[in-house]
Parts: sequence; C-alpha cells; structure tokens
Amino acid sequence: MMQFMLLFSRQGKLRLQKWYVPLSDKEKKKITRELVQTVLARKPKMCSFLEWRDLKIVYKRYASLYFCCAIEDQDNELITLEIIHRYVELLDKYFGSVCELDIIFNFEKAYFILDEFLLGGEVQETSKKNVLKAIEQADLLQEDAKEAETPRSVLEEIGLT
Amino acid sequence: MSDMVERTLTALPGLFLQNQLGGPAASRAPFFSRLGGLIRGVTALSSKHEEEKLIQQELSSLKATVSAPTTTLKMMKECMVRLIYCEMLGYDASFGYIHAIKLAQQGNLLEKRVGYLAVSLFLHESHELLLLLVNTVVKDLQSTNLVEVCMALTVVSQIFPREMIPAVLPLIEDKLQHSKEIIRRKAVLALYKFYLIAPNQVQHIHTKFRKALCDRDAGVMAASLHIYLRMIKENPSGYKDLTESFVTILKQVVGGKLPVEFSYHSVPAPWLQIQLLRILGLLGKDDQRTSELMYDVLDESLRRAELNHNVTYAILFECVHTIYSIYPKSELLEKAVKCIGKFVLSPKINLKYLGLKALTYVIQQDPSLALQHQITIIECLDHPDPIIKRETLELLYRITNAQNVIVIVQKMLDYLHQSKEEYIIINLVGKIAELAEKYAPDNVWFIQTMNAVFSVGGDVMHPDILSNFLRLLAEGFDDETEDQQLRVYAVQSYLTLLDMENTFYPQRFLQVMSWVLGEYSYLLDKESPEEVIARLYKLLKSDSISSETKAWLIAAVTKLTPQAHSSHVVEKLIQEFTVSLNTCLRQHAFELKHLHENVELSKSLLQGAQNCEDIVVDASLSFLDGFVAEGLSQGAAPYKPHHQRQEEQLSQGKVLNFEPYGLSFSSSGFTGRQSPAGISLGSDISGNSAETGLKETSSLKLEGVKKLWGKEGYLPKKESGADDKTEMPHVPAEGATMENADHATTRKDQAQGLTQSTEEKEKQLLASSLFVGLEPENTINLLGKADVVSHKFRRKSKFKVAQSDKTPSVHNPASSALDSDVARGDDGCLSTLETRDSELSSESLAELPSVEKLSGVSSPAPSLFADNNMEVFHPPSSSAPSTAASLLEEDPECGHSCAMEVCSNDSVSVSSYKIWKDDCLLMIWSVTSKTGSELTDAKLEIFPVENLKVIEQPGCLLPGMETESSKSFQYGVQMESPSVEGTLSGFVNYQMVKLEFSMNLSLLDFIRPLKISTEDFGKLWLSFANDVKQTIKMSEPRVALTSVLTELQQKLRLHVVDVVGNEGLLACKLLPSTPCVLHCRVHADEVALWFRSSCSVLSDCLSCHCQKVMETS
Repeated sequence: MMQFMLLFSRQGKLRLQKWYVPLSDKEKKKITRELVQTVLARKPKMCSFLEWRDLKIVYKRYASLYFCCAIEDQDNELITLEIIHRYVELLDKYFGSVCELDIIFNFEKAYFILDEFLLGGEVQETSKKNVLKAIEQADLLQEDAKEAETPRSVLEEIGLT
Repeated sequence: MSDMVERTLTALPGLFLQNQLGGPAASRAPFFSRLGGLIRGVTALSSKHEEEKLIQQELSSLKATVSAPTTTLKMMKECMVRLIYCEMLGYDASFGYIHAIKLAQQGNLLEKRVGYLAVSLFLHESHELLLLLVNTVVKDLQSTNLVEVCMALTVVSQIFPREMIPAVLPLIEDKLQHSKEIIRRKAVLALYKFYLIAPNQVQHIHTKFRKALCDRDAGVMAASLHIYLRMIKENPSGYKDLTESFVTILKQVVGGKLPVEFSYHSVPAPWLQIQLLRILGLLGKDDQRTSELMYDVLDESLRRAELNHNVTYAILFECVHTIYSIYPKSELLEKAVKCIGKFVLSPKINLKYLGLKALTYVIQQDPSLALQHQITIIECLDHPDPIIKRETLELLYRITNAQNVIVIVQKMLDYLHQSKEEYIIINLVGKIAELAEKYAPDNVWFIQTMNAVFSVGGDVMHPDILSNFLRLLAEGFDDETEDQQLRVYAVQSYLTLLDMENTFYPQRFLQVMSWVLGEYSYLLDKESPEEVIARLYKLLKSDSISSETKAWLIAAVTKLTPQAHSSHVVEKLIQEFTVSLNTCLRQHAFELKHLHENVELSKSLLQGAQNCEDIVVDASLSFLDGFVAEGLSQGAAPYKPHHQRQEEQLSQGKVLNFEPYGLSFSSSGFTGRQSPAGISLGSDISGNSAETGLKETSSLKLEGVKKLWGKEGYLPKKESGADDKTEMPHVPAEGATMENADHATTRKDQAQGLTQSTEEKEKQLLASSLFVGLEPENTINLLGKADVVSHKFRRKSKFKVAQSDKTPSVHNPASSALDSDVARGDDGCLSTLETRDSELSSESLAELPSVEKLSGVSSPAPSLFADNNMEVFHPPSSSAPSTAASLLEEDPECGHSCAMEVCSNDSVSVSSYKIWKDDCLLMIWSVTSKTGSELTDAKLEIFPVENLKVIEQPGCLLPGMETESSKSFQYGVQMESPSVEGTLSGFVNYQMVKLEFSMNLSLLDFIRPLKISTEDFGKLWLSFANDVKQTIKMSEPRVALTSVLTELQQKLRLHVVDVVGNEGLLACKLLPSTPCVLHCRVHADEVALWFRSSCSVLSDCLSCHCQKVMETS
C-alpha cells in the first residue's frame, strides 16, 4: 500500500501532499523535509528508488516537478513508477499539456484527480478513460450548479463583467 | 458560456507567467482570484521570514472571515482552498477544520466537494472532529445524486472513525449491489479500508467480497483483490479454494480478454496482473498441490511479457518473485534465473537495482547465481549511486563465508565510513558485528573490526553488540591460550587508542575499553597497573565523558587498585569523587575508598573476579530466604514483580478518569432498589469504585511535579551527559587503515590511470576473493569448514546454576555491593560495580527469567514451570494416559463436541472432536481403517497456523481406544491472538497416501468463563481502556434479561458475575488468561453490549460472536 505521495518543485517547495497513513503533523513535516532534501541531492542518472528508513521511496522528475511516493517493503517499485506516470498522464489530459503552474494554481483539481485514481493508498481505477469520466461528471455538475445559482458572481470574480 | 469561463481559467497561469516577466503584475491582473493573489504573493517573496509574515496575515484574515456569520458558503469554499494552501506551506490552520466539516455538511455539490477534500487533507483517522462528519456521510450515502454518493464513499475510504463503522456499514453493503460500477468499486474500497482498521467488523460480509470478485466489471473485481491480498496474507490456508479462480482471471488478463481501456501502454491491466501474481505467491507458498495449479499461467506470464517497457519489467519482477515463493518447479526456475539475468545486465539503472534485489532474494537458495553475475556485482560495488552500492553490500552479506569475510567486511566498513544517515549506520554496524563474530579469521582482525564498529556505530548501535562482545571476551571459546591472546590484544589495542591525542570515542566504546582494561590489563607485563590507572583517571577528568561512562571507569580503577603498588592516583580520585554531586559516582567512590582501606577484603574479592569462570551462581537467591521470612513476619508487604506493580499502577491511574460508566452504575442501582426483587448491588459497586478512587488520591501524586532527582542523582546533570553522547564519533586511525586487509582494493583505488586491462585484472582478482567458496562442488565441504569456524567465536553458555538446596559458595555479607557483582561474575559484562547503575540493573533484571528457565531444564521437577505458565505451553500430563471416553466421564465440566468425519478415502476415515478443557482446547483426531488393516504407521501432522499454537500432547495414544485398525492423535490448541475464526489444517499420512483435512475453530472454542466477584469485576472494568459497544435489535418486542444472560452463558461460555436490575455483568477469558468483561443492558427490544478487555481485538471478536448468537436465537 502506498504510504504517501509528495509533489515538490526543484526548489524544494511542496506542491501537493497526500498521506495514506495517519501521522502527526510534526512527523509529516519532518519526513517531508528530509525526503525533499535527500531526493533533490540525487543526481539525474541515479536510480529512481531509495531505501529510506523502513520504507521504499520511488521518485521521478517531470520537468521542474518531482513526484515522490513511499511504498511498503513488499510493493513493486516499477509499477509504482508507472502509477506516477499514469497520474501525470491524467493531469496532462485534464489540463491539456500540464505544467507546474497548472498544479500550483489548481491544486484542488489535482487532488480531485488523484482521489479518483488512488484511493486509500491503492490503485482505484486503472482505466484512464474512466477516471477522466468521473472527474468530468463532477465538474459538469459543478458548472451547472455555478450557472444555475450565481452566474453573475462567477463572472464578476474573474473580471469579465 | 461555461466554455469561455473554462478557457479563461486555464489561460490564467499563462497570463501570470507573462506578468511575472513583464513587471508590476498587480496592476495588470485585477481580476485575479484571492487564491491566485496569495500564491503569486508567496512566489514573489524571497525570504522565509517574509513568507511567514504574509501567511500569518493571510491566516488571521481567513480566521476572521470563516467565523463571521455573514460569510456565505461560496466564500467559505474559497477560504478552504486558501487554508489547504497555507497548510501545505507548513502553517497551522486548525481553526478552519470545523468549518471544513460544516462546508461538507451544508454546501451544494460544488462546495461539498471542496469541504470533503479539505476534511480528508486536514484530519486523520482518530481526530475527534471526524465524529461530526459521520452524519453528513450517512446522509450523502443515502442521496439519490450519484456524485454525492461518490464523494461520501471517497471520504469514507480515506478517513473514517473506527468506532463509527457500524453506522455506515449497512449502507455501504447496499452499495455493493448498485447498478453503477463506480459506486460498487468505491464501496469495495471502503470495505477494504474498514478491513484494515477493524477487520472483525467486516468478518460477516466475506461472502459479499466473493461476489465482488465475480463482478462483471473488471474495475470492481480489481478493487476486491486488495481485500483478498490482505486476507490471504493473514491466513493463506483459508482461501486455497479460490486459487483456481485467481488463475483463471490471470489467464484471461494475460490473454488480452479485458476491454482495451484497461490496457496501459498496450500491456493488458498490469496493476491487476501484479496483484494476482502476489496473491498466487502467497497461496502457493510451501504448498505443492496449489502451486501446481499455477505453473502454466506463470509460464505464460513470463512468455507474454516481452515488450521492452518498464511496465512489462514490473510484471516480470513480480513473476520471478512468485516463482521463487511457491513450491519450486525447475523449468520455471530456469526461466526466472534468465529473467534475473536480464535485469542485472540491463543498462538501465532502475532495472539493475531490481536485479540486485532479486539476486539478494534468491541467493540463499542458489549461491551459484552470484558466480554467474560476479563481474556485474563487482562493478556495482563501486557504483557512483550509493543506493546501488548498498544493495550490493546486502547481497554480499548474504554470501559471506569464512574465506571471503575479510574482503566483504572491508567493503562494508568503507561504505559505513561514508554514511551519515543513522538508520543505515545502525543496520550496517549490526551486520558487520554479526559477520565478525561468526567468521573472524584471527584475533587481530576481530578486535580491529570491532574497534571500527564501536567507533562508528558508537551510541546509536544496538546495545546487544556491546554485551555480546564483552561476553565473548569473558567466556572465550574452547582454546584457553587463544582466549588469552585475544584479551591481550584487546588490551594492547585499547591502550594505543587511548594514547592518541585529541581523539574522541563514543561513550559506549569507552565503556568497553574501561571494562576490558579493568579485567584484563593484568595480562600485560609491560604496562604496570599504575599506568593504566593513570590513563583511566585522565579520561575521568575529561569533560566529554558521560556520568554513566564515569561509573564504568571508576569500576575499572577499583578492579586495578589491589594490583597497584603506589596508590597516589587512586587516592586523588577518591578525594575528588567522594564529594561528587552525582550520587551514583559518589557511592562508587566511597566503595573504592572502603576497599582501598581494607586490603584483605579487596584482595579476596577482586583477585577472584579475574578468574570468574568457576563461580557458582545461586539464581534463586535462596540465601535470602531467612531474611525474607523475617521481613514478612514483621509485617512487610510481600514482594510483587515489576510488571505486577506496573499493572496495578495503571489500573489505579484509570480510576480518576471521568468515565460515564460510573454514572450508569449508580442509576442502575436506583432501578435495582425500585424493583421489588432488586438487589441493591449497584450502589455497592459504585461505592467500591469510589473507595478505590479515594485510595488513589491519598497516595503520592507525582504527575506534574518536576523530576529533579532520579536514581542517578540530580537529573539535569544526566541530560548534559546525554548531550555529550551526540558528539560525532571519531574514527580511530587504527581501524581505518587495516593495511593487510585487502591489497587488491587499495591498489584498485589508486589504479585510476592504469589501462583497461589492468582494471579488468583487478576486478578478476577482487572477484576471486569475494566469491571464493561459492562454487557448488565446493559448497559442501566448505560449509562444513565454515561451520567449524563459526563456532569459534560463538558464545558458550556457561550458566552454572546452583540447586537451591546447596549452600551458596559465594556469599559475603560484609560488602553487599560487590557481592552481587561477584555473584554474577559469570555474566561477563556485568561483573563490576556498575551493576547498580540504573540501565544495567534493568538489563540484569531482564536476564533473570532465562536463568530460571535453565534451572528448570536441569532439574527434574516440572513444577518449576508452573510460574511460567503464560509462556511455556504446559499440557496436562495427567489426562494423557486415560482414554478419551473415560476422560469425559471423569471430568464432567469439560464439554465436548460430537465426533465428525473430517476427511476420508476408500480405506481410512478421519474423524475429530473437540474437548473444551479448562486450560486449552483439546483436539482429538482418530483415524480408522475401513478395511480393518493395520494403521500403526499412520502419522498425523498439523500445519502451523499463525495465531494458533498447536502442541502435540505427550503420550498421545489412547490405549483404550487403540486397536490395530484405528489410531488417535491428540493436540492441545491455544489461540495466541484473538480472531473470530481460525482454520486448522493438516494431513494424515498412511501407507504413502496423504489425506488432507481442515477444520474451523471458532474463538468460542478458546473462551472460558472467568469466575470473579463483582468487586473484581469493577476493578477489571476500570483497568481496561479498550471499549467496544454494540446494540443488537432482537426480534421479540420485549427481551428478558435472564434469557439473554442464559444464552450468553450457554453458547459463549461467559460467566454471569452479577445481575443488577435490567443490567448484567459477565466475564470470560481467552485462554490462557486474557480477560474480557462485558456489561449487558436490556431495553425494550434492544440489547446493548459493552465490552472491555486488555486486548481490543478480543472485544471486537467477541462482540461479533455475540451478535451472531443473539441474532440466530
């Protein structure tokens, strides 16, 4: 089972964090700090897997963003790498050639997508089509709700009126 | 319109980028959302301090907004997103948690979604606010809107309070039949979550899991595999019947029968494949018959995974793992080996790493594999990536033998010197110490290696390493002259180390040195005791020494004092430390003073200690019996062991908790008095608990009082000592430059400029030194040799325990301090004054039981085991010779089940029955021949089960029933950790025929009534913290308490402790002695049960059984 997933930038700024095991805030911060340091210190040609404390860390860099997952001893490292890749594919499809800024400004959307793909640390749905369908459905309902209730304020908010 | 909005939104980040480049962004982007503004603001800042200021500002404005009554839900949603952002940056936004829950509760879809997201990110499983979410979840689960149901299921699968599971469980079970696959899938995952946090709550819906496994949608089926993987991991024998289904599913997946949308980079459903392979690996482990079912599909998986893509390698890796886990088949193993080769030789570093990992995994089964890949392994040993290096060392560690130990340990030490992470150091140091002890080729190498271990591992390493080492020195091995040489060399090496200027050693290392110098420096002719004492004294005066180490040092000086001729330094030491503020040191100094003044005494005591081998230890301390008896007769309280005192303290601590239970008791007392037949015991109980409460308040209350004085004196001092320990351990030059250790490697380091061919040669050379002794033809005799060597440094156990009737030979009341030391002189590391040092004394306490056990073994009286009943399974010897039938007659209290046929074939039949004995469950199997032929060679074996403890009863034959054509076997069974059910399986072996059987054992087979008084019940109740509550609806409109209690008493073997009004108290224990108490209250058509036990799982399981019993009745 996946223990947690972290997304952080080359500068070490956290962009997304999802914890699948209950940990205290202090512990989370400590782990994040140590891991970000360790991963950033590694050279590009090095192995994508780490043994860290009693966990296995799988990380991959996409442009300026690092995706980093912690898995348990008996889990498969390579498939975890593909989980990361599938998540990036999903983001890419949803945002249309995704970049770090998409995730920075729409991190809640990135969370929604992650929750449709992984649930409780396990892969929930492996079909790309199905994940996106679920997200679009929820999004559509949101759009409806937006238009039905307060069409004006939305426009106001983004400065189009 | 919505399209336009969407496009504008996605364009925003791009706009922002332009703004960033183009100058003053704020003026050009007035329409930016508040979140955007915040993010932009944070990104623009340069220092952490500025960021902190900005976020604090943001947080205080958010705080005002969220708590203002005028804030609309829409604004709240926006605030939540900003709060999530602040938390991600590491700032505390806990004031918003309650509003996140409110948003999930009250918002429309759009707001609810953000509310749920915020809740799942902010809170954790045991957060108290989570209880407030339960109602919302229940409501949304019942919603007709699919999106709402999905959201609720998503949040349940992530965080849900364990104790509220019953509130949503029926709703989620319903969703398993939902028409939409997404709902069914999420429901399965929610149940998976429940299984993880409270397995016993979903025990009863196992059949529904099977339905999910057969779901027409592959996604739902895949989700159910998560549950099966866990369940099979815990109890593989219970799911063997599903093997064929899993094999069939895998066959279909591999054959490409799934819809194309499940493919990933044209590989069919890789996640599903890997999950199935893992399950098959667990099912086929040590089970030939089950393994045979899967050989074909594994072969096909290997064959089909040929694409050169990461994901096929992932499948291959899992395949290899499975092939090596199950019952071996040579053809498959060959293919797996080839596959590992592909990984190891791959130019891709990730695959290489996994190849090494796979090698590490299989190398013990097949050491020759290492030879095949030796050059790659050598290359990896000097790989620039430390992770690869470390994995290679792990691999080498597994193939170490007496011939290659020097090279391998040197490689490990090299790596150790470069590592900084504590976790790695602890791990590696342990391995080096283990290898050194097992395979050391000579004394010099051993001591130098251990020096390196102590100086690097120092204060972080496992303390066992230190005590094992000292014990080894003290007890030696079989050759006395070798022993002496080892000790002499250790002394010499430590003196050299101590003579080096400006070097600092870890405290643990100094402790080792001081002990060894104190014990063995007399072996050295060159050095006079005075010189050694002077060195120790110099250390004592150093600031970087902790007080614990100082105690070791003084002890060493004490041992050396009688040998010294001039005592100038000793007197100085006594003078300084008898006024020490540390009481422990001061006491040591006074003892030294005492011994120094009384030469006779010190000679008689300390000269003897050097020759500690033959001291006889009276572990039962029988010489104190008179003293104890005298004490008891004068009214002293009898001794209670440490754990008992602790338990009592714990139970007393609980009394002051404001448990609602006390209230319910007093009210029950009321109803008791009102009813005509009532017995006013309720008030009695509450009175009792109040009394115990009073007792506790009158005792000393230490919580909240600052601890200034401890066992070792003034406590802040100790803390400063602890600070000393954190100093960086210095590597001694001696350990680092082990010149003669490995010429090949040192040359290799310098050989960078040399030609390729010499490098190759170096590699060959290193390979021959690393992989020596691994050739198959060599293995057998080498292993034999290695074994001889491995014994060389292994500890001998030399406990010589006096029988308690003998008079102890070592006993001198004049100095009780040293007395205890001498008495345990054989313990090696504990033989000096510091026994009374708090840490060490706890160690010595821990050792006592083992001594007891030894004495138990040596003495013929089995009664010695009586005290250890909890640990040592103790089958009743009296019942063994009697026949089962007469046993039942003799012991009417023991119930027994009817005999049941568990398996049979044409010639034999096996039947079984249970006898519920007071101390265990006795299982009887009888094998009867149908043809009347002899059965004397029949054998019965039980497979080991994780949570059951099965012991064959001695004298298992039942002569009365024994005929030539039947044979009985008798096993005592206990449940080690509670679970609702367990399966016991095994086989009968009879004339080459193997007959397998399996039986279900329920928790109830191991539950016995616990006969206690109401008062004891009250005490137990208060001492347990694990609550499980359950309300059961009965079919009858009015339930009588008595009928419920009889039901529980008869079907669950609970003991009814008391009845008060409409409430009943019951108690039982899980064998051997885990108590569970329960309170039962009847109200109209409901029975409320409240369980408490020292073991929470027991309460859970028992509640599950109660439910079953009550619902069927």
